[in-house]
Amino acid sequence: MRSDASAPAIQLSRVSQRFGDYVAIRGVDLVAAPGEFVAIVGPTGCGKSTLLNIVAGLKPPAEGEVRIFGKPLAGLNRQAGYLFQADSLLPWKTALGNVMLGLVLRGVADGEAREQARGWLAKVGLRGFEDRYPHQLSGGMKKRVALAQVLILRPKILLMDEPFGALDVQTRQLMENELLALWQEDRKTVLFVTHDLEEAIALADRVVVFSAGPASRIVGDFPVELPRPRDVAEVRLTEDFLKIHREIWGLLREEVMRAHAR
Amino acid sequence: MRARVRFFQAFLLLFLVLGWEFSVRLGWVDAFFFSKPSDIAARIFEWFKSGEIYGHLWITLWETLLAFLIGTVFGVVMGLWLALAPTASAVLDPFIKALNSIPRVILAPIFTLWFGLGVASKVALGVTLVFFVAFFNTYQGIKEVNPVVLANARMLGASGRQLLQHVYLPSAASWIFSSLRTSIGFAVIGAVVGEYLGAAKGLGYLISQAEGVFDTTGVFAGMVVLAVFVVLLDWAVSRVEARLLVWRPEPGREGGTV
Ligand SMILES: Nc1ncnc2c1ncn2[C@@H]1O[C@H](COP(=O)(O)OP(=O)(O)OP(=O)(O)O)[C@@H](O)[C@H]1O
Ligand SMILES: [Mg+2]
Repeated sequence: MRSDASAPAIQLSRVSQRFGDYVAIRGVDLVAAPGEFVAIVGPTGCGKSTLLNIVAGLKPPAEGEVRIFGKPLAGLNRQAGYLFQADSLLPWKTALGNVMLGLVLRGVADGEAREQARGWLAKVGLRGFEDRYPHQLSGGMKKRVALAQVLILRPKILLMDEPFGALDVQTRQLMENELLALWQEDRKTVLFVTHDLEEAIALADRVVVFSAGPASRIVGDFPVELPRPRDVAEVRLTEDFLKIHREIWGLLREEVMRAHAR
Repeated sequence: MRARVRFFQAFLLLFLVLGWEFSVRLGWVDAFFFSKPSDIAARIFEWFKSGEIYGHLWITLWETLLAFLIGTVFGVVMGLWLALAPTASAVLDPFIKALNSIPRVILAPIFTLWFGLGVASKVALGVTLVFFVAFFNTYQGIKEVNPVVLANARMLGASGRQLLQHVYLPSAASWIFSSLRTSIGFAVIGAVVGEYLGAAKGLGYLISQAEGVFDTTGVFAGMVVLAVFVVLLDWAVSRVEARLLVWRPEPGREGGTV
């Protein structure tokens, strides 16, 4: 049961999840190599958040096995940082208090934690907002704080659940580029859930397509061989991008239609 | 807006007081049963001037604060414990409901028997009221913790104790504080009802003495002092609350999305 340098960062084997009688996902096999950026797309309600919760160790799967760097996952996944789909900041802590929380929980001295948190807030473009409470921040700012809150702990795995879903197009592209720049620095393994196929292709090394639920499974796995570093706005205009998009969209559209037909 | 509200409040008060005063003066209602505001004001002034009220006020305040503190501490601790321990909660649930259904007035004579005529029996009565308010609110507050915020704190590495400190308690704080304001009122009720039913000092005792000799002026004067006393305590608690809950969005001026 030792950690293996050559093992995949995330390895799901025949993973299923149930809520009562409802089978959300069934028989999912998914592998992510260290440093790989994997995007997950699928119709709404197909079980994308369910899958991230399993990898995070928040809810163990009903069946199947999860291995993290070769080791079976038991309890919370200590290697992973999780950017939740819903607002997850602690409303009673300031932006700074939220970002430094993980360090404080690990017993890092207050001054040191504060210092690092300031640095991370600046890094996500929020210098000067240290003392704001979450309700005093815009939706995009809250997502940035949440990102800094997770990244300050330098997790090896980053789980992101539609992090930019609620943002306007400009803010969104800005944050996508910032995310890519941050990712370029230390190449974490990323599982990035989105319902926006263009976003998935622009960011990821691989795009995984889930079928419509119930009993959702993986129906497509597409490599994205676009050169890096990328600019998310410009890469969308390239011929290669459009080709990949056409290819995946053919499959995804079917699943989305099936989800609506139910 | 605020100034207007204050203005109407003052106007309403003045209207009621003057209406009362003149109804009595014009002989529409009997002063023996209803006294009148000028007499009541004179009586209160006299109490403070002679200083005889201070001893009573002090005792009632002391009983109130003790009942408030003891009841709140026990209530919050029990609320935390049961909210976080589902089995204990399921076991104790019927007992707590049964205890809470006892009308407290019935307990007053028993407490007098157990704890004597002094401060302790009044505090005990107040505690039986305050405890449940603090308990139910804390319990509810813990149960309503946002599961995403909780999951986030766990993912960031919080241990059980750290979850209590960083998530459960702050999250339940607004519930606990709203309970504090109700609790202060209940603590006063416990103290005054206890005094009323058997004591040698305190506002409740003062009122019951006045009633004993059909001194309506004394009864109303006691009630006015009591009302002001409660309003001041409530104001003190709300100030503390405002200081400690600065992170809360003001209702109706929500900044973020819900
Ligand atoms: N706690 C739960 N209890 C019962 N059913 C649940 C629960 N959580 C999720 N589900 C169901 O499981 C399915 C998958 O949910 P999930 O949240 O993973 O979808 P999703 O792919 O993230 O959707 P979206 O894109 O809208 O966020 C849904 O049909 C949902 O109704
Ligand atoms: Mg989801």
